[in-house]
Amino acid sequence: MPIEILMPALSPTMTEGNLAKWLVKEGDAVASGDVIAEIETDKATMELEAVDEGVMGKILVAEGAHGVAVNTPIALILAEGEDASALAAAPQPAPAAAPAPQPAPAAAPALDIPGLSLGLGGLGLAAPQAPAGRVFASPLARRIAKAEGIDLAQVKGSGPKGRIVKADVEAAKAAGTDDPMDADLLAAMALASAVKDPTERPKAPKAPASAPAPAASAFDAPFTEVPHTTMRKVIARRLTESKQTVPHFYVTMEVVLDELLALREQINARAQKTGGPKISVNDFIVRASALALKRMPEANVSWTDDAMRRYSRSDVSVAVATPAGLITPIVRGAEGKSLGAISDEMRDLAARARDGKLMPEEFQGGTFSISNLGMFGVREFAAILNPPQALLLAVGASEQRPVVKDGALAIASAMSLTLSCDHRCIDGALGAKFLGLVKSLLEDPMSILL
Amino acid sequence: MDNYDLVVIGAGPGGYVAAIRAAQLGMTVAVVERAHLGGICLNWGCIPTKALLRSADIYREFRHAKDFGLSADNVGFDLAAIVKRSRSVSAQLAAGVKHLLKKNKVTVVDGHGRLDGPGKVKVEKDGKPVAELAAKHIVVATGARARNLPGLEADGKLVWTYREAMTPDVLPKSLLVVGSGAIGIEFASFYNTLGVKTTVVEVMDRVLPVEDAEISAMAAKAFKAQGMDVRVSTNVKALKKGADSVTVTLEKGGKTEDVTVDRVIMAVGVVPNLEDVGLATTKVQLEKGRIKVDAYLRTDEPGIYAIGDVVAPPWLAHKASHEAVICVEKIAGLPDVHPLDTRTIPGCTYCTPQVASVGLSEAKAKEAGYAVKVGRFPFVGNGKAVALGETDGLVKTVFDAKTGELLGAHMIGAEVTEMIQGFVIGKTLETTEAELMHTVFPHPTLSEMMHESVLDAFGRAIHF
Repeated sequence: MPIEILMPALSPTMTEGNLAKWLVKEGDAVASGDVIAEIETDKATMELEAVDEGVMGKILVAEGAHGVAVNTPIALILAEGEDASALAAAPQPAPAAAPAPQPAPAAAPALDIPGLSLGLGGLGLAAPQAPAGRVFASPLARRIAKAEGIDLAQVKGSGPKGRIVKADVEAAKAAGTDDPMDADLLAAMALASAVKDPTERPKAPKAPASAPAPAASAFDAPFTEVPHTTMRKVIARRLTESKQTVPHFYVTMEVVLDELLALREQINARAQKTGGPKISVNDFIVRASALALKRMPEANVSWTDDAMRRYSRSDVSVAVATPAGLITPIVRGAEGKSLGAISDEMRDLAARARDGKLMPEEFQGGTFSISNLGMFGVREFAAILNPPQALLLAVGASEQRPVVKDGALAIASAMSLTLSCDHRCIDGALGAKFLGLVKSLLEDPMSILL
Repeated sequence: MDNYDLVVIGAGPGGYVAAIRAAQLGMTVAVVERAHLGGICLNWGCIPTKALLRSADIYREFRHAKDFGLSADNVGFDLAAIVKRSRSVSAQLAAGVKHLLKKNKVTVVDGHGRLDGPGKVKVEKDGKPVAELAAKHIVVATGARARNLPGLEADGKLVWTYREAMTPDVLPKSLLVVGSGAIGIEFASFYNTLGVKTTVVEVMDRVLPVEDAEISAMAAKAFKAQGMDVRVSTNVKALKKGADSVTVTLEKGGKTEDVTVDRVIMAVGVVPNLEDVGLATTKVQLEKGRIKVDAYLRTDEPGIYAIGDVVAPPWLAHKASHEAVICVEKIAGLPDVHPLDTRTIPGCTYCTPQVASVGLSEAKAKEAGYAVKVGRFPFVGNGKAVALGETDGLVKTVFDAKTGELLGAHMIGAEVTEMIQGFVIGKTLETTEAELMHTVFPHPTLSEMMHESVLDAFGRAIHF
């Protein structure tokens, strides 16, 4: 039997992915460890390695296919001694990436899929676990939904045990099926259900965007609709959830940077001579934040319904803008890393983030976030928390500002820091104390070096 | 005063089911019944008539023994024995209900129950008060009785209601049945089979007027072939009672005609038993002559509920029982309680040939604006039907052409009352034609016609 390569679950929450690129053609020899394809997930592009040796027998899901459900067979590899005739015996999924009716292992973040070795380690907390399961709907409800272009995943069922019945679909049609919250998540669930429910006819990977643009009245500006990327949908969902469910408050302080800038100049001048790493102001902020978290463990926390989760390590997420959207690679254990090490790591992470090459564990998790818009000339801003983190430091531009020094007006380099806090676990005084500690560290930069 | 979580007034198929379900859910329950456990259905309706019709069916089979290579000479019947069997069937089942109530620890209060303001029921027996019950929840399930038309009232001697029709001491030579709904047609079928010259008068333009017109037409044709005199679009203007006969004045299209018969059966519908229930002591409201309730059978008076024949139609035993469960489960606060969808309530008539249906007729579907696909399959095309010698009949299905929704199913012929349930499940689960087509029907059965009818609606019937 040919070896089936299945769409891998690259993170616990991944329910579908895009087949970005095939790196082998049918007929190519494949050795264990060869990268055979690139899979685009929520936030990153992952390389798919072969475990078994053989010949690429058949590519079942074409390059560029979107929304391929996890565990869908995507290719068949012929083992040694098998020829193409063996392919006929293998399950032949319906055309165009339609998921084969193969029961997915229930609730299995399938890291042990035959044909794959991904070596994914302890994954972070980045995305909430999607409740798995099929969408229960009557055959008639399914048919009407299909005809009307209604996504069943967005319809609330009123039938027995929440089953979606005709009346629900008709109500959704009448109301317009707008439930932005978790829409992508639910769409992904619906897709997963297409795999798990063998009675379901295979459906095209992505629900056809047949939902017509809302009938524009004569007064509406003309528009086109750009389909969402997976990443855009995750950003939308996560931040909506955060802003709607986490009680935010903000504290702002001004930090005088003269000493820090002078020290940085010294370090970088030396680096130029020795070829060592150049340090950015942001690197100082990462380290100062990590040290502050270590000194004030009551601020290095997450809210859970049952208990306060206190972290014993400072994992600092740093927001990086990429062409596809925002991503937050993590400097783990930053309190134990030197400025130089942090700087090196950040440079590498940021570069790979921009190329979409981060591994999930490199951006999932973190106990604290930094978002820096200073380079865009932003003086100060208030950011949305990155759950389950309780703190986020928004960094403004460093600029020359008039300050009062020893009773006289003077010019100093300064920047504004705004700390967003989850009030469920950080009270105002604690937020202020924490920000004050970061400020004092940055204003006494030698303390950061030590 | 005795205190209960729930008191039910009336122990018919609505009331006793409500009582048992409530007991299952842990409530303390009393049911008040003035006559028979099991109500009209079990004692004077559905069940005893099925027993009578069974006798008539076997009698008919005997008379056609030759068709099957059998000989049965001197075939006859003993009317008293037929009636006796019918009564004993009812008695047996009523005893069964008594046992079920006891098993579920439901208190049965013998007497006439009346609401005495919210939360209270007073029970009277033979004009004397026998009990006062207090309950947080009271279900009114007092059922219905035969409707009387002014001037045409039944007297129980020459002009019968279902009660007398069910317990005749002598077989009339001729009979006129007023009304061709389920009740009228079943009696007409029974007496006609036993050799009584039977006339059926229907004010509407067809018999079994709630059924699909095509089914009505086939039924009328079959009844006429059996020797029944079927008069549609006909009014009964007057009844003139003689010593042992009745002269009935019929009017059709302005022309009158007198018909003299031994007995008349009035089967012109039912009226709810609401007059003596004490509704005036509560805020319960009426609507179109029935108690007004919401989707969970709650009246306008908190804590008072109504189910079955005292609320909106259809007035069928199985509808009452289903409402009972919905009502009680809602009271108990169960999650996932769903209102009854009347479009999925089947109706069965046990005449010969039998008639069964669910959902919209073809005409009603078109009226509702559906573009329909209609499938038909005749009994004559079905192997089992031919083998049984039951080649008269039709299975008709009505689909929404747009969505494939099964809008209605209409059947006439042998055993259709047992088959309709297949379509009812399909409708309840909201299947489309695709699932019905994919369903494997056993061969050889009459049910294969259900499959073929669905296939026919989409131009795919195999055997016709």
